[in-house]
Amino acid sequence: MNSIDRNPTASQNRQSWIPLLELAAGEVFERMLGSQLTSAPDSFAEDALDVTSMVGLAGQICGVLTVRCSANSAVLMASKMLGVEVSEAAQELWDAVGEVCNMIAGNFKNKIAGMGNGCMLSVPTVITGADYSMHALADSAKIETRLLFEGLPLIVSIEVHS
Amino acid sequence: MDNVHVLIVDDSSVMRKIVERSLRQAGVNIAQVLEAGNGAEALGVVQRAKVDLILCDINMPVMDGLEFVKQLPGIENARAVPVVMITTEGSENHVVQALSSGARGYIRKPFTPDQVKEHVLPLLAGTR
Repeated sequence: MNSIDRNPTASQNRQSWIPLLELAAGEVFERMLGSQLTSAPDSFAEDALDVTSMVGLAGQICGVLTVRCSANSAVLMASKMLGVEVSEAAQELWDAVGEVCNMIAGNFKNKIAGMGNGCMLSVPTVITGADYSMHALADSAKIETRLLFEGLPLIVSIEVHS
Repeated sequence: MDNVHVLIVDDSSVMRKIVERSLRQAGVNIAQVLEAGNGAEALGVVQRAKVDLILCDINMPVMDGLEFVKQLPGIENARAVPVVMITTEGSENHVVQALSSGARGYIRKPFTPDQVKEHVLPLLAGTR
């Protein structure tokens, strides 16, 4: 996925949100999946991250939070959320990864002072495939964190329009 | 309370299953689990089925959880059924809105089974 960062200064200011984004994601995986997220290597192959879930934020802050992972990772999320074998979880992978994204977005905004009350979330959208570009229509700043879920790579990012 | 008839309202089928599992882990003796994908469906369920406890999301298509809670007292046999909101919307405004609309409890996602236990068991025991 590619995105255009039209406002590098705003992007730098948002870097302080990265620990909160990591905390928000970590709490969701720990409480709802019983898994600990760990830091990912600086670089990993993004080609296999072909499941993207997105939740929009609107209000005092507008933007979109995305979670990108592989289909295998998404099925494993569903398996752990439901407490069933991986073979039984495949049909729920879209719903599971959408709900994970939704919970991270909600948890994240509740950790930003003043954002919880003045910011609404959209219902999640999940898309498949890695060959697409995302273009923001307004000045925006993007932050992201790269994590490992049970050894599988995961990217959580938020693009905020100023 | 034994043999509880539970209605779980959430547009995510995964989340409905997680909530059911959390209730069982909390020790709730469930006789029947009813499900609805939004507030409008949930109003239909409570009109035709016995329900002792409702766990309800807020952000849902068609009719959200806050509107559902506001309309619930209009259904005679469901007027006294306790509703616990389970939602990602964890702001103070949402908590106040939910409780003033008639919800009896509020659980923020992500949640642990212990949090479900803490909010639900006293309601079923009639202590709230």
